[in-house]
Amino acid sequence: MARRYTKDHEWVELDGDDAAVGITDHAQEQLGDVVFVDLPDVGRTVNAGDAMAVVESVKAASDVYAPIAGEVTAINESLADAPGLVNEAAEGAGWFVRIKPSTPAEIDSLLDAAAYAAFVADQS
Amino acid sequence: MTEPRHTALYEWHREQGARLVPFAGWLLPLQYPAGIMAEHRACRERCVLFDVSHMGTVLVPGDPQDAACALEDLISGDLQQQRVGTAKYTLLLNDAGGITDDLMALRHEEAWYLVVNAARTAADLAALEAALPEAHRPVLVEGKSLIALQGPAAAEVLAEQLPEALELRFLESREVFIDGQRARVARLGYTGEDGFEIALPDGVAREFAARLCADGRVQPAGLGARDSLRLEAGLCLYGQDIDETTSPIAAGLGWTINKRRREAADFPGAARILRERADGPERRLVGLTLDGRLPARSGAEVLADGTTVGRVTSGGFAPTVGAPIALAHVDATVAEVGTALVCRVRSHDVDATVTALPFVPNRYHR
Repeated sequence: MARRYTKDHEWVELDGDDAAVGITDHAQEQLGDVVFVDLPDVGRTVNAGDAMAVVESVKAASDVYAPIAGEVTAINESLADAPGLVNEAAEGAGWFVRIKPSTPAEIDSLLDAAAYAAFVADQS
Repeated sequence: MTEPRHTALYEWHREQGARLVPFAGWLLPLQYPAGIMAEHRACRERCVLFDVSHMGTVLVPGDPQDAACALEDLISGDLQQQRVGTAKYTLLLNDAGGITDDLMALRHEEAWYLVVNAARTAADLAALEAALPEAHRPVLVEGKSLIALQGPAAAEVLAEQLPEALELRFLESREVFIDGQRARVARLGYTGEDGFEIALPDGVAREFAARLCADGRVQPAGLGARDSLRLEAGLCLYGQDIDETTSPIAAGLGWTINKRRREAADFPGAARILRERADGPERRLVGLTLDGRLPARSGAEVLADGTTVGRVTSGGFAPTVGAPIALAHVDATVAEVGTALVCRVRSHDVDATVTALPFVPNRYHR
């Protein structure tokens, strides 16, 4: 399953029954040094577009939105001690949560890598 | 909404890869590619350069001793006894004893220069124009850049360009020449470190900044690091920690009013300010150190025993301290250093301790 992106700079990738979610490399670059990630509780139900996490950089606090509807099945516990993982590997080890999608097909309606890259290029 | 203004270093910032953001009517670097954390550390360990040309410089002409008397009608500091070639941190007060602006007052041989907050320049000018006699009518200085060089290596770095700078001590200023142009160096800053601010004509600013940054010990730093550095140094930011309603006493800035001024009681709002000094203010600006890593930002509620006792006015992660810190206005009853409080950040109640300011010891060259 290919990775998809949102215009709010989250990425989501279905992997088995649930999908990994994080912020994009572009987003971490814009945020700068991440000092804390405020993650939701496991079991929380989210709708697409809900503010589900807050990423705190040296500069500011920024909301992170759920890219899809579903239930949070896991959070990245490593971020508690190593929030810098978001800067080092936003689209890898710096993932935020796993979400079990209510409607897996919802993921396909998001931007693919090329469309997201074009969106970012258009913004700058 | 008018377009933000560019400083003389605008193109140079772009060449350095700065991320430029609008700030108080200017387009200024938030950070360079190194990032806020690295820029912050560079200032504590070596040396950084800030473009602070957005700050307003107001010339108060006329005989400086007469001007000092006239300015004291508005300003908390003892300007009459201030020596030529020195700078003083002082406050422009309103009639209610609130703070119109905080500023540096520099006494030159021929006139006074007031360096004020960019966002307050218009308000300051209006207050000064209304109060000062014709001979001292304030003039906004145009065509000048202001470069801050800050950090433990700043003196050695600057001495290679301007050896005379080494003769200055903290809060002293002197005339210098840069590329044949008349300029001015003062030993002060907004980071808690030793450092200098150099006021120079726009036409030579870019070359001068480039020469300073060609030194391997220097890197440029933006508004992000400027904010985290001043917060660690316990220095107030106008519009956040102090404003038109804050009294100098509540803000911990009572020291800006010396004995002569207190006894004369001839500054705006003297009744309130002197009463608060004697009886203690209802609220105080305090430093807080938070447990854990979650920063409490401006606006976060501060609680004691479940009751709201104040609000954070500035807060963030302090790279040198290695913890989140904040400035907060709290009830005077819970303002003592060591008091255990709680900061409410979204759904989290974070333990915090009232901490003596500055958070990081300053290293001025006194």
